[in-house]
Amino acid sequence: MRWLHYYLKFVAAASLLLIVAGGLVTSTGSGLAVPDWPSTYGTFMFAFPLSKMVGGIFYEHGHRLIASTVGMLTIGLAVWIARIEPRRWVRRLGWVALAAVVVQGLLGGITVLYFLPAPISISHAGLAQVFFVLVVSLTLFTSPGWRAGHVVDGAPGDDVLARLALATPAVIYGQILLGATMRHTGAGLAIPDFPLAFGHLLPPEWNAGIAIHFAHRIGALAVTAMVMATAGHLLFHHRERRDLTRPSLLLAALVLVQVGLGAWTVLSGRQVAVNTAHVAVGAATLATSIVLALRVHRGWFPDAAGDSGRASSADAPSLADGSEIRA
Amino acid sequence: MRYRTLCILVLLAAVGAAGACNSRSDVPPVSIIPEGGGAAANAVGATGTATVSGTIMLEGTPPAAEMIRMNSDPVCVKEATNTETEYYVVGDGGGLGNVFVYVKEGLSGSYPVATETVTLDQQGCRYTPHVFGVQVGQTVQITNSDPTLHNIHATPAVNAEFNTGQPIQGMSMERTFDQVEVMVPFKCDVHGWMNAYVGVLDHPYFATTGSDGAFDIGNLPAGSYVIEAWHEILGVQTQNVTIGDGATAEVSFTFAVG
Repeated sequence: MRWLHYYLKFVAAASLLLIVAGGLVTSTGSGLAVPDWPSTYGTFMFAFPLSKMVGGIFYEHGHRLIASTVGMLTIGLAVWIARIEPRRWVRRLGWVALAAVVVQGLLGGITVLYFLPAPISISHAGLAQVFFVLVVSLTLFTSPGWRAGHVVDGAPGDDVLARLALATPAVIYGQILLGATMRHTGAGLAIPDFPLAFGHLLPPEWNAGIAIHFAHRIGALAVTAMVMATAGHLLFHHRERRDLTRPSLLLAALVLVQVGLGAWTVLSGRQVAVNTAHVAVGAATLATSIVLALRVHRGWFPDAAGDSGRASSADAPSLADGSEIRA
Repeated sequence: MRYRTLCILVLLAAVGAAGACNSRSDVPPVSIIPEGGGAAANAVGATGTATVSGTIMLEGTPPAAEMIRMNSDPVCVKEATNTETEYYVVGDGGGLGNVFVYVKEGLSGSYPVATETVTLDQQGCRYTPHVFGVQVGQTVQITNSDPTLHNIHATPAVNAEFNTGQPIQGMSMERTFDQVEVMVPFKCDVHGWMNAYVGVLDHPYFATTGSDGAFDIGNLPAGSYVIEAWHEILGVQTQNVTIGDGATAEVSFTFAVG
């Protein structure tokens, strides 16, 4: 099981790399640099010569190669989990991850063949995040800390934390979908200045692009407020719970970086590296919020007492020292 | 079995959505000939001996041409003979090149499709010509003279979008456009700096200016016309003109920059 956990960490890293590669494709406008799919300029994908990976092809074909690799890694993930994982719901989650990566690949192909229709491209971007979160979640579920079942109830009696922990990833994901909509409808610079909008607090004129862009800015405020509220609440009420305070502080740091990257993206005129980093940090933010939510709601899971069944909810040790949580 | 059914449903829904939502929102503004102003399909369009000629001038100092960094493709670095942007092609006398001038309104009847093929070449990782016109149904031959890969991606608002790869030097393909549309942009997604524009009309009365800014549209029947001049950055201008048989009307436009 330990090696499976390491393998899942590797797949999670590869998935984040894939999101970066996808961000580079859109940031460089290379989405249609390879007009055919699943072939590449009529050549079997893996036989396409490296010397021909020039200009936009480098990004688009590179994205396809990394995606194929992640797809194969995910097959390995699902099969490995199915073979050695005793928890049925984890096995099922492995198959869900595999289904997600297959659908994701098909969406990628469809969006190329239909010249990047915004709904498909946005779905492709949204499912990428879901797949990444699935792999990160599986990584958490196979971690020694989670499997030991030390945390029987992540936040007993703290309804505020329970709700914040659930709402935060939902709001972050909504914000990511807004960002994807902005990205795939060409609204990234619909409001060209920052922090004001055309020199005003509210845009003096509106169209679809401005509305989407402005909604993304408002979404950033909402995400920041929720993340800060979560981190503040944890620090104030559960300072000893390092398994919760650490991801919440990481989340707060990521959100601040992300807001800075968003501003920089606008002010730099969508500079490729900055724009792509904004996508990647968004994914990391969502994944971190999910990890926090899962830990807070640890008690909901069937293996709350540990997969070996050696600990029960009644006699499980409390986490006076959260350092025992190693996930 | 339930999971497999679910996956198939998701895939079908995705394909259906792709088919239903195949639209673009980032295409440049287009000018579509109104039905009343275009050539009617039920009568042969008249020709004549009138001429509209003139010059497109640029007022002000345009931004200096920028050097295009082609180093994402070493072949382009080697093959390119022109690495400057073509947004403003200005002659010594202030004439503005790459302006598409055409009769927007005033013609009636349908005109036979020109039989000559217009060539759009990819050479030195640039499109040649950068701006041109064709008639509806006229053949455009797109060739790749470069020893590198190009994709030809037309992004019309009215006509059918297409995106085709030409990975081998010497490859050629032919395309036609079914609808009047001014302008249809072309781009190469491999080499982001490559773009071109074609004006698609249902008559032969159009011209593209050279660096002297001059244009000449001949063989027009006598009548009153709306003449439009289109520039990729500076937009469009229109003028009305009335012209008799055998006469030449001077129609000049001045675009301002800065």
